[in-house]
Amino acid sequence: MKELFELYWAFFQVGIMTFGGGYAMLPMLQRVVVNEKKWATEEEIMDYYAIGQVTPGVIAVNTATFIGYKQRNIPGGIFATFGVVSPSLLIIMALAGIIGQFSDLVVVQHAFNGIRIVVCALVAKAVIGMIKKGVKDVLTLAICIAAFVAVGVFQVSPIPLVVICCFFGIFTKGGEVHKK
Amino acid sequence: MMEYLILYVEFFKAGLFAVGGGLATLPFLKAMIGTHPWFTATELTNMIAISESTPGPMGVNMATFAGFHAGGVFGSLIATFGLISPSIIIIIIVSKILDKFRSSKTVQNAFYALRPASAGLIIGAMLDVFLMAMFHLDYWKVDMAKFLNIPAILIFVISCICIWKWDKIHPICFIIAGAVFGVVFAL
Repeated sequence: MKELFELYWAFFQVGIMTFGGGYAMLPMLQRVVVNEKKWATEEEIMDYYAIGQVTPGVIAVNTATFIGYKQRNIPGGIFATFGVVSPSLLIIMALAGIIGQFSDLVVVQHAFNGIRIVVCALVAKAVIGMIKKGVKDVLTLAICIAAFVAVGVFQVSPIPLVVICCFFGIFTKGGEVHKK
Repeated sequence: MMEYLILYVEFFKAGLFAVGGGLATLPFLKAMIGTHPWFTATELTNMIAISESTPGPMGVNMATFAGFHAGGVFGSLIATFGLISPSIIIIIIVSKILDKFRSSKTVQNAFYALRPASAGLIIGAMLDVFLMAMFHLDYWKVDMAKFLNIPAILIFVISCICIWKWDKIHPICFIIAGAVFGVVFAL
């Protein structure tokens, strides 16, 4: 039981230091999980992280489940996962109540209108990073554009698109044909 | 009770189909706007900024926020559990067959198509947010001079340059700068 709470608390710390998710959690994972707790080696962390990226769901959650499961089986996976999401739950619940009360103020609306523009630029940077990793040839470029048009212009639900792409990649053996 | 079940199922689906982390949940959250009254497109965009400025992964933050709107604290918990349930199930299965999974050609082939699709889906989800932020859409073909939101476009170009030039600076700094510009220019 003590070890389960240790997992919870360790991943609570990782969760609270992860701003924006994804890669932001790596340095904190290395410090807590590798250096302090010695639950995994540097290489194992990179492996778990890679698996977290190629499985559905939020990367931070996947990585936490993975390390917790390796440590203390299914209860370990669950405690680590609850640990990593707890800070979000607490902070966003507090903010959601506050934001609702201030969102009618004109100043707040102007501030968020300005913030939205910056968010567009931040998302552009993130997406260009994804395009550099994912778009390797004409076919992947076509998939990227088709996904954009389907969701952006025709308002298609993204779920069938993901399923279709998954099977498309498997049947065309894209990953093998276009290795490097 | 039914409302909570729908909340759980919708976020379960987002957790199951969002591949690639980070903003990957965005297109799925966007798709909820038309069918559920949990949040608006504007709130979703504000949420990206809040997620970048507060601890925690974007998907989890958004699930908590939407759940809170739908059913208070209990709603927050339900939506977040929905989002993380597929992760817990899938990771536990995958970790049993880790080595096979990692070297699997099938997984690599699937991701060959999923990676560019995920990027395309995010651009698609951001399209109307981008258009609403940069242009006064009501003036399209009516008054093209007023159609362009010139201060907004300028701020966008400047922030792109800064974000690319100083990529070590934390996003929260740019977001605060955006808020200041928004107030100063009364956007």
